[in-house]
Amino acid sequence: MGIDYNDVGLQVGLEIHQQLDTSSKLFCSCPTKLFEGPDEELAKVERYLRIGRSETGEVDPAALYEYMKGKKIIYLAPKGHVCTVELDEEPPHELNKEALSVALGISLGFKSKIVDEVYVMRKIVVDGSNTTGFQRTAIIALGGELFDEEGTVRIQTICLEEDAARRVRDLDGSAVYNLDRLGIPLIEISTAPDIRSPEQTLRVASRIGLMLRLTGKVKRGIGTIRQDINVSIKGGSKVEIKGVQNLEIIDKVVEYEVMRQLTLLRLRDEILSRGISRDDIEDKFLDVTEVFKESKSRLIVNNLREGNKVYACVLKGFKGLLKVEVQPGRRFGTELADYAREWGGVSGIIHTDELPGYGISVDEVKRLYSLLGADEGRDAVVMVIGPEGKCTRSLNAVVSRVKEAFIGVPKETRVANDDGTTRYMRPQPGAARMYPETDIPPVRIDENLIREAMKYVPRDPNAVYEELLTKYSLSHELSKQLLRSPYMLYFFDLVKEFSDDVVTPQYIASLLTIHLKGLKSEGIPIENITFDVIKYVLSMLRSGSLSKDGVIEVLREYASDPKKSINDLAKRYVKKDLDEVTRVISKIVESNRDELIKKKDRAFNIVMGLAMKDLRGKVDGKVVADLVRKLLDELLR
Amino acid sequence: MKPGDLIRIVKDGHVVEGVLMPLTELSSKNDIVVVKLANGYNVGVSLTNAYVEVVKEGYIEMGVSERRSASTYVTGQTGKLISVVSTGGTIVSKVEYETGAVKPALTADDLIDFVPELKEMGSIEVIDLYRILSENMTPDHWASISRVVGEKIVSGVDGIIVAHGTDTLSYTSSALAFALMNLPQPIVLVGSQRSSDRPSSDSALNLLASIVVALNAPFGEVVAAMHGSVSDNYILVHRGVKVRKMHSSRRDAFQTVNDVPLAKVVFPDKRLVMISTKYLCRNKKENLIIMPNFEKKVAIVKAYPGLSSEIIDFLVDKKFKGIVIEGTGLGHVNDLCIPSIRRAAEEGVVVAMATQTIFGRVNMNVYTTGRRLLMAGVIPAADMLAETTYVKLSWLLANFNDLSDVKKLLTRNLVHEINDAHEEYLYPRWYHGDRL
Repeated sequence: MGIDYNDVGLQVGLEIHQQLDTSSKLFCSCPTKLFEGPDEELAKVERYLRIGRSETGEVDPAALYEYMKGKKIIYLAPKGHVCTVELDEEPPHELNKEALSVALGISLGFKSKIVDEVYVMRKIVVDGSNTTGFQRTAIIALGGELFDEEGTVRIQTICLEEDAARRVRDLDGSAVYNLDRLGIPLIEISTAPDIRSPEQTLRVASRIGLMLRLTGKVKRGIGTIRQDINVSIKGGSKVEIKGVQNLEIIDKVVEYEVMRQLTLLRLRDEILSRGISRDDIEDKFLDVTEVFKESKSRLIVNNLREGNKVYACVLKGFKGLLKVEVQPGRRFGTELADYAREWGGVSGIIHTDELPGYGISVDEVKRLYSLLGADEGRDAVVMVIGPEGKCTRSLNAVVSRVKEAFIGVPKETRVANDDGTTRYMRPQPGAARMYPETDIPPVRIDENLIREAMKYVPRDPNAVYEELLTKYSLSHELSKQLLRSPYMLYFFDLVKEFSDDVVTPQYIASLLTIHLKGLKSEGIPIENITFDVIKYVLSMLRSGSLSKDGVIEVLREYASDPKKSINDLAKRYVKKDLDEVTRVISKIVESNRDELIKKKDRAFNIVMGLAMKDLRGKVDGKVVADLVRKLLDELLR
Repeated sequence: MKPGDLIRIVKDGHVVEGVLMPLTELSSKNDIVVVKLANGYNVGVSLTNAYVEVVKEGYIEMGVSERRSASTYVTGQTGKLISVVSTGGTIVSKVEYETGAVKPALTADDLIDFVPELKEMGSIEVIDLYRILSENMTPDHWASISRVVGEKIVSGVDGIIVAHGTDTLSYTSSALAFALMNLPQPIVLVGSQRSSDRPSSDSALNLLASIVVALNAPFGEVVAAMHGSVSDNYILVHRGVKVRKMHSSRRDAFQTVNDVPLAKVVFPDKRLVMISTKYLCRNKKENLIIMPNFEKKVAIVKAYPGLSSEIIDFLVDKKFKGIVIEGTGLGHVNDLCIPSIRRAAEEGVVVAMATQTIFGRVNMNVYTTGRRLLMAGVIPAADMLAETTYVKLSWLLANFNDLSDVKKLLTRNLVHEINDAHEEYLYPRWYHGDRL
């Protein structure tokens, strides 16, 4: 049952955010490196954000106000990473010229029209991820385009903006953010909603990412690139999905969102066909704790012991609808639970479409229905457990979400889960909440800035691909892998240094792609491997001091503990000459002679195992295998 | 073509359409126009080689409405009446996102819009007295603020708040402290370091705390209520004559110097906690004394290496009546200035000595220079801040004709502007390499 994306009228727009690798942040001189290490004892600042009711843009102002009310935000300020600018205790400094130059270079690469004077704006963001309550952002260029085989995708805007603080955990309902990331320059590239399929979304996102990496001035690694995806279908809504960090699931995210919107539309039709109306859904919440006085449910017993109560609300005519699956593993009930969590701070909901369950008995469900005066055959009941205030806020949110189901797909900002499904995050902010940043002077784009920017203009990815195929004779597959690799730019620097029979371009390319990926999949932290380390091991390979296997062993050990001396590691794996290797193997064969003759079939494996224990990394495995085979042949002939 | 028009610019084959915005002070003046696009962003476009047309005139309303009503009012949920005297500054400034213009006015509705909880505390009346940044305050402004506040006390409102810019807030708080004595209730000055249009503004908590203090505090003093830390956890209540803005931008910039704060208001529960036991209790209303006059011919001169006596001579020649010297250390200026200071004193100019070290007390008996300055007629200002000394001298000169009264009162402790005992903990700690 594939979806015909043309048929459903799929429109996707992308916003790609990529951290720039500049020496300092966008509006202060703090470094752009994240704090590593335990954060429990860092200096803490506690804040609340608020916004005037008249300034909430298109969102229901009362709702937004309630949402923010009393939400405590805790900021961590690691020394050496954060100054009073990030803490909103000092006005921003002038716009970082290095970041601006990189952004201008990227704009030129997308054939975008650069503005003549840059004005920084304040975009209101109330989730606490910015200490100011707004994100500083500026349009650098307008228009531009990107070729794709399914059709050209237009670029709408290219912005330079500050990255937000890093949400590290939630503590008793308040969000904890580390401020080290706040202010790192980000480039944001927004496409028009010209993308028509999940596959095209993946392709376009990859291509933009590649062009950004080709500038040589963007950060690498998890979290340094985030894509927001706007998805809409005919009859649905434009839904914003925030912060997809893993490019590989981007097509899934689109596919699942289409699935969700289609399901919600079908759900609406079902609701309407049942003859229920919005007014049937009442925000009447009842304390039903007495039903569970004798309950065997651990969940309930534990909660009641803490003095919590169970509140319930009837969804008239909704029986069975809460278990409708909207995305793999996520039901309509899950969507309601998101709202309850986000607005009321409860840990989840219990609903009758999943009962009996959680240790709640059939009898308890019966008594629940009868206490509420609800029809067990037609109605659904949603319950939350907690103190009264939390419960009321949660159930209020559930009811307002259920009322939206009569219309179809609510306009939401959602956040992607690791598997490509999404969950509710917050209401969508209005478009107009954009203020001029009066603390930062505008920047005139002059010839000097453009000259500086020319250094960073990315090359055309097709030309780069061509070059890999022809000039360096890489295979199509290896070229593609290299272009996807975060280490791509190392290749061009390394082939300039090493181009000989031992260290070939093919070898360098496969080291940077296949081998590093292999180490990564073993859980080795390959981000510790720097350009200089790779250059060093390659020079050892060229001089014959290391074997190819040795290169991998040295990299593996170094990445696992970068405090180790790379020189010492290389010495430990120094390549053995052929005579020595032959001696080692002969000795093994000699001392196991009888066993080998007895177990003729497994002789090769036995000798290989013993030999590699001693020789791993000091000579290539293939050389060992050839010798073992030769010596065994002599023995067993 | 004027700001507010919807315009279309065609240039190099690209089209930019949006609302024409006014230029900022720092925009390129010759050829740039600032356009607000449909997505809310502003961009600057050069009109060189561009084709421009006006699509719709007056697409949005520009310019701040100059509606100016003496006072606005919102009914609250208790029987209390709170008067907010608005004088200007960051706390009442708001950037309008449509135009980018700064709206320098405060109405009761604006207050309630940003801090709806205010209604739970009482009815709010906002008196739109001034719309000035506090660096533009003068002793004349202090005089009229004192009169307005005095009238409000007499009329019997439950709480009085003065919204003020932070740069010179402590001068005004000192002025009110001298102009209005035997207060039957606290007068709370409040400002903010982040304007009220910002979600992170400190103004909401500062305002809420001000009202708690204005309604419930046991003292009858002029105080300033501002953030006590960079967190939103408590607001400090400083005595108006002992408070100083100690940082250019932090929200906890205001600190009590040479004394302890009077109280704090702890959030989120808005609990008033007294810190000092030494305060002037609420007085009977009939004992209120209003003396709202200030002398403008008073100057502060900062001592520095190379300070020339000509500066003192100039002030004397220009008929200044008071000079506050912000001396070095225990209260010194270079020897070469002493003859001019002696001349000033002889000609009836009151010369007072405060210290530029901010913390500590002047003591002019320790070194020869100090003793010579005393002989020349300089009056040591004890541990009063230079700013407070300046305001006090201005007030004394305007309200007392006899110079010997002025000199006597300058060193007499009137409203706890002098603290005789400095305990060790009154001096702040800085970072000395300890673990953070």
